[in-house]
Amino acid sequence: MDFKSKFIANFIDDDRWKYIWNGLGVTLKVTFFAVLLGIAIGVLVAIIRSTHEKNSKSMRMGFGKAVLAILNTICKVYLTVIRGTPVVVQLMIMYYIILADSRNKVLVATLAFGINSGAYVAEIFRSGIMSIDEGQFEAGRSLGFNFVQTMRYIIIPQAFKNVLPALANEFIVLLKETSVVGYVALQDLTKGGDIIRSRTFDAFMPLFGVALIYLIMVLFFTWLVGRLERRLRNSER
Amino acid sequence: MNGDTLIRVEKLQKHYNGGVIKALDGINTEIKKGEVVVVIGPSGSGKSTFLRCLNLLEVPTGGNIFFEGVDITDEKVNINIHRQKMGMVFQHFNLFPHMTILKNMIIAPMKLRKKSEAEATELAMKLLRRVGLEDRANAYPSQLSGGQKQRIAIVRALCMEPEVMLFDEPTSALDPEMVGEVLEVMKQLAHDNMTMVVVTHEMGFAREVGSRVMFMAEGRQVEEGTPEEIFDHPKSERLQTFLAKVL
Ligand SMILES: Nc1ncnc2c1ncn2[C@@H]1O[C@H](COP(=O)(O)OP(=O)(O)OP(=O)(O)O)[C@@H](O)[C@H]1O
Ligand SMILES: [Mg+2]
Repeated sequence: MDFKSKFIANFIDDDRWKYIWNGLGVTLKVTFFAVLLGIAIGVLVAIIRSTHEKNSKSMRMGFGKAVLAILNTICKVYLTVIRGTPVVVQLMIMYYIILADSRNKVLVATLAFGINSGAYVAEIFRSGIMSIDEGQFEAGRSLGFNFVQTMRYIIIPQAFKNVLPALANEFIVLLKETSVVGYVALQDLTKGGDIIRSRTFDAFMPLFGVALIYLIMVLFFTWLVGRLERRLRNSER
Repeated sequence: MNGDTLIRVEKLQKHYNGGVIKALDGINTEIKKGEVVVVIGPSGSGKSTFLRCLNLLEVPTGGNIFFEGVDITDEKVNINIHRQKMGMVFQHFNLFPHMTILKNMIIAPMKLRKKSEAEATELAMKLLRRVGLEDRANAYPSQLSGGQKQRIAIVRALCMEPEVMLFDEPTSALDPEMVGEVLEVMKQLAHDNMTMVVVTHEMGFAREVGSRVMFMAEGRQVEEGTPEEIFDHPKSERLQTFLAKVL
């Protein structure tokens, strides 16, 4: 068979391109919402962790300090467990144990990857917060802003700007990592290609096709991140 | 009113490492309205620590600080309210790099004193004109020289209409040719009757503008007096040695 008839057999016959197309939709959906969830969790964890780091010495003993210490410990356990176990295992635990009753596989995958990504985002974000000069914090406090206001108006906006490229990179990593959702029988881009392979008994065409699509997406997003970085550098500097 | 006590410091103490380092070891002083108190002393004598204790950026380990009659070292006091009335200027400016000059100046009055943007902008522009930087309102801090940054830092603090201004070596990070423009703004401020506490190595400024000079060494106020008393008739040997080095 020549290239053209192979292509037709794998992608055109029986509308097999739909496996690719629908799979791509699932991949992007899971990645996008997982990133949003990951940022939400990550920012929260990072704020708790850096608040604890900044205040644990100067804060007076009391209720607030005790709550902060407990929250900080919970965050540390979360970070350790999530970063110390494979994401596929986390995905399967989510599907077969925690959300065993759910039929919504996209939701399951989004939660699993969002919670996983949150741990990495948290560390990105925490380093972003800690990299802001202490003088910024003092300037805010000396004007009369309280801790939360100082974080909100002065520290977080700067930290966010600093870590935006790293966050965008996390999106790219996640895009590729979601390719294991086939483990819980969710039909994403990778699984779509694999299904075609099992129908046509041709591995080359669907697998390279899938690889090419991932590569194009990664290159596209990398290019986008690069532009973003340049824009950020040009503003204000 | 001039002459009323604005800040009273009693037995102020700041120890580190459980008392091994005594950054401040029993400071007593009173700062009256309209006074310009200049704090001098060798490196490590506790000048910055003293200044930063006044608005509780450093939490004292002992003693009391009364600001407008309220003991702000009391844990039940909401320090944020009092800090709004105590402007602070840092050695390294600490302007907010992600905001324009104008935004740097109006954010605190808008968020903390609930001023409208127009109202806050009006005062900010008036102050910018006073320091000759009104044309830089929409610039970002990174586009300014050191001297300009420090002048902005001063007017940013003034936008909160504080009762007292605290300066921690405001000219130490500047190129020599920019020191004058910042001192000029501070002189103007003193002339307008602002209460000021200034940590500085600029002895000329201390002599010319200071209503009182406080000489610190090893966490204590060794000598205190008018500029004439301190510079022309130093009593302690410590101060004489110090002056011999810096003058
Ligand atoms: N966080 C800290 N931990 C331990 N010691 C400290 C700390 N901060 C300050 N010190 C010590 O307290 C003393 C007073 O420091 P401070 O910064 O107030 O001096 P200074 O008079 O402002 O000196 P300089 O002219 O160099 O700015 C110094 O011996 C310093 O080493
Ligand atoms: Mg100092």
